Amino acid sequence: MSQAVISVTGLGKKYRIKTGTQRADGLRDVVSARLLALGKTLTGGTGRRDLPDATDKQLGPRLMEDFWALRDINFDVSNGTVLGIIGRNGAGKSTLLKILSRITRPTTGRVRIKSRVASLLEVGTGFHAELTGRENIFLNGAILGMSRIDITKRFDQIVSFAGVEAFLDTPVKRYSSGMVVRLAFAVAAHLEPDILIIDEVLAVGDAEFQKKCLGKLHEVGSGGRTVLFVSHNMNAVEQLCNAAIMLKEGRIIEHSADVRGIIGRYLWTKEGRGASEWITGGDKGANQYFEPVRLWIGDESGNPVLDSVSNTDEAWVHIEGDVDRLDESLTVGYAIFDEAGTLLYWSYQTDSGENNRPRLQRGRNHLASMVPRRFLNEGRYRVELIASLHFREWLLEPGVSAPSIALQIQGGLSDSPYWMVRRPGILAPVLRWNSFPTPDTRQ
Amino acid sequence: MRQGRELVIDADSGAGQYWRDLWDYRELFGILAWRDILVRYKQTVLGVAWAVIQPLFAMLALTLVFGRIAKLPADGVPYHVLVFCGLLPWQLFSQALSGASNSLVAQGNIITKVYFPRLIVPTSSAVTSVIDFLVALVLLAGIMMWEGVAPTWRITALPLFLVMTFAAAMGLGLWFAALTLKYRDFRFLVPFVLQIGLYVSPVGFSGTIVPEKWRLLYSLNPMVPIIEGFRWSLLPGDRPLNWTSVGIGAAIVGLFMVIGTRYFLATERDFADVV
Repeated sequence: MSQAVISVTGLGKKYRIKTGTQRADGLRDVVSARLLALGKTLTGGTGRRDLPDATDKQLGPRLMEDFWALRDINFDVSNGTVLGIIGRNGAGKSTLLKILSRITRPTTGRVRIKSRVASLLEVGTGFHAELTGRENIFLNGAILGMSRIDITKRFDQIVSFAGVEAFLDTPVKRYSSGMVVRLAFAVAAHLEPDILIIDEVLAVGDAEFQKKCLGKLHEVGSGGRTVLFVSHNMNAVEQLCNAAIMLKEGRIIEHSADVRGIIGRYLWTKEGRGASEWITGGDKGANQYFEPVRLWIGDESGNPVLDSVSNTDEAWVHIEGDVDRLDESLTVGYAIFDEAGTLLYWSYQTDSGENNRPRLQRGRNHLASMVPRRFLNEGRYRVELIASLHFREWLLEPGVSAPSIALQIQGGLSDSPYWMVRRPGILAPVLRWNSFPTPDTRQ
Repeated sequence: MRQGRELVIDADSGAGQYWRDLWDYRELFGILAWRDILVRYKQTVLGVAWAVIQPLFAMLALTLVFGRIAKLPADGVPYHVLVFCGLLPWQLFSQALSGASNSLVAQGNIITKVYFPRLIVPTSSAVTSVIDFLVALVLLAGIMMWEGVAPTWRITALPLFLVMTFAAAMGLGLWFAALTLKYRDFRFLVPFVLQIGLYVSPVGFSGTIVPEKWRLLYSLNPMVPIIEGFRWSLLPGDRPLNWTSVGIGAAIVGLFMVIGTRYFLATERDFADVV
């Protein structure tokens, strides 16, 4: 029978953040602020006319502001649940995990936990570069809460999982970064608590390694243990979790066992409701093959469509991006999803024959692709930019790192008076109907 | 890790839970101390020899300045033996204190990622200085044998003074560790205070050169009775020990412990937010 192993009631976490630009962390600032306050009291506030107002403000309490990272969080987790916690950056996911792991304390509310907990907010916490692989296994294991006996028992498994047998007595600083991550994950993977709290550990390592981690997590989850899992990787959440919580601005806005539904709705709201245009924030990644600059829905010549597209018109998906290094296998395109998160199709600029496809050049590129009129049903769709080096590497992976926008189709379903309102279904093509002359059988 | 016990997390920690946790995490304490010892002399050419060289050269320098140049009295033992007896507790105190003070900042990455009773961090890092102390103690035994100076029954009181030294360092260390995390100013303050402390404490000279009427005032510096206590228990000869000043020292050390521990425990749960 399932019972609540974690029960959270009225949980809140308040931070005092500095809203001014001046740091007031040094002892000097505290002392001088106190002295100013003291001086003010002593002089009755009249003798400080020479003090500019701004200074007074900067050192005064007005510099600090309360910020609720979490507010009124209530939920129960029953035994064997793999709970995904999703939300955009700053929604409070990490704060929640930190409170559950007892790294920081809540300001209000209470958590009750009935089993052994281990938290994994990072792989390789406490690794010391000067120590050997063997020594780091014991050190890291102890930091994660494993006993010496447990570590000794699982030592061989850990070593073979990480594949570092030959380097056990080499200092970790001589390891490649891949080896360090493998070793760190191997230790973490052999933790066997009843409740495991994991934060975005899958964000490290190459695709191969991530696959291995996912596999291991799957094992943990299906082994009947309780897992709390924060990730931006929606595919991972969908695969692993049997319940999910969506956080927004420190509050739970949804908690349900319908993981797919939550993810769909999360992805929908992610880039802001209904935004039909995305423009890069300016922070260029390390991606030299294709760096997206702008993605929008427009007409054929690129004029943006701000609201909805009538189904009597074509909708054009416009993509602008920078190419630093030209690669023959670069494919750029989009994926389109309905509101429930179901993928309709992918389309790439390389879909046509060699001679008919648009050429990319170094520098800024502008591509556009047509969504035919009377093809999709009335409703909202999410268009996600995808790019890859064909069969080699994702540059913008759907559901992970790709920007997305909304495409809204409204009205213009058909010319027929019988089809004026939305019918069920994802597609709503107006297809041709023929009739054939037949002999009249009534005569 | 806790088995079969319900864990409650709320704004104020249950004290009982904390001490149980401390017991549960005793292995981590051992491992962190073991790590600090292992790492201490890694990638050095001379390795553990540093634990010998440092006190030895400090002894030579202080002997030269206070014994040869200032020609201060040695109370009937070779001057360098007198100095080394003073260096023993001073070195332990200063290493344990600076180790503990810096420990939280140095291990901020662990503190923000994993829970354990934070008391483990400064204590495990202070404990490692006991190793250097033991090396120096063996060195002193060698020097005393060479000089033909034998200790008396008073050596049985040595553990008392050792405990006092460590407690003084721990009390201040816990306090400074928590303060350093919040105000990095203490990173500069602590080495500075230790540098001055070497000269205002009777390390390079005997406390007997301080006029009698100032002795009690002087022993408000707890390192004064501690160092004198070390000399009293290790060195032979007729050397009176002022037990009043030892009492005052013990009281002050006790005060350090209370203030340090209380401040540390009171701020501990917010460390991760301050780092």
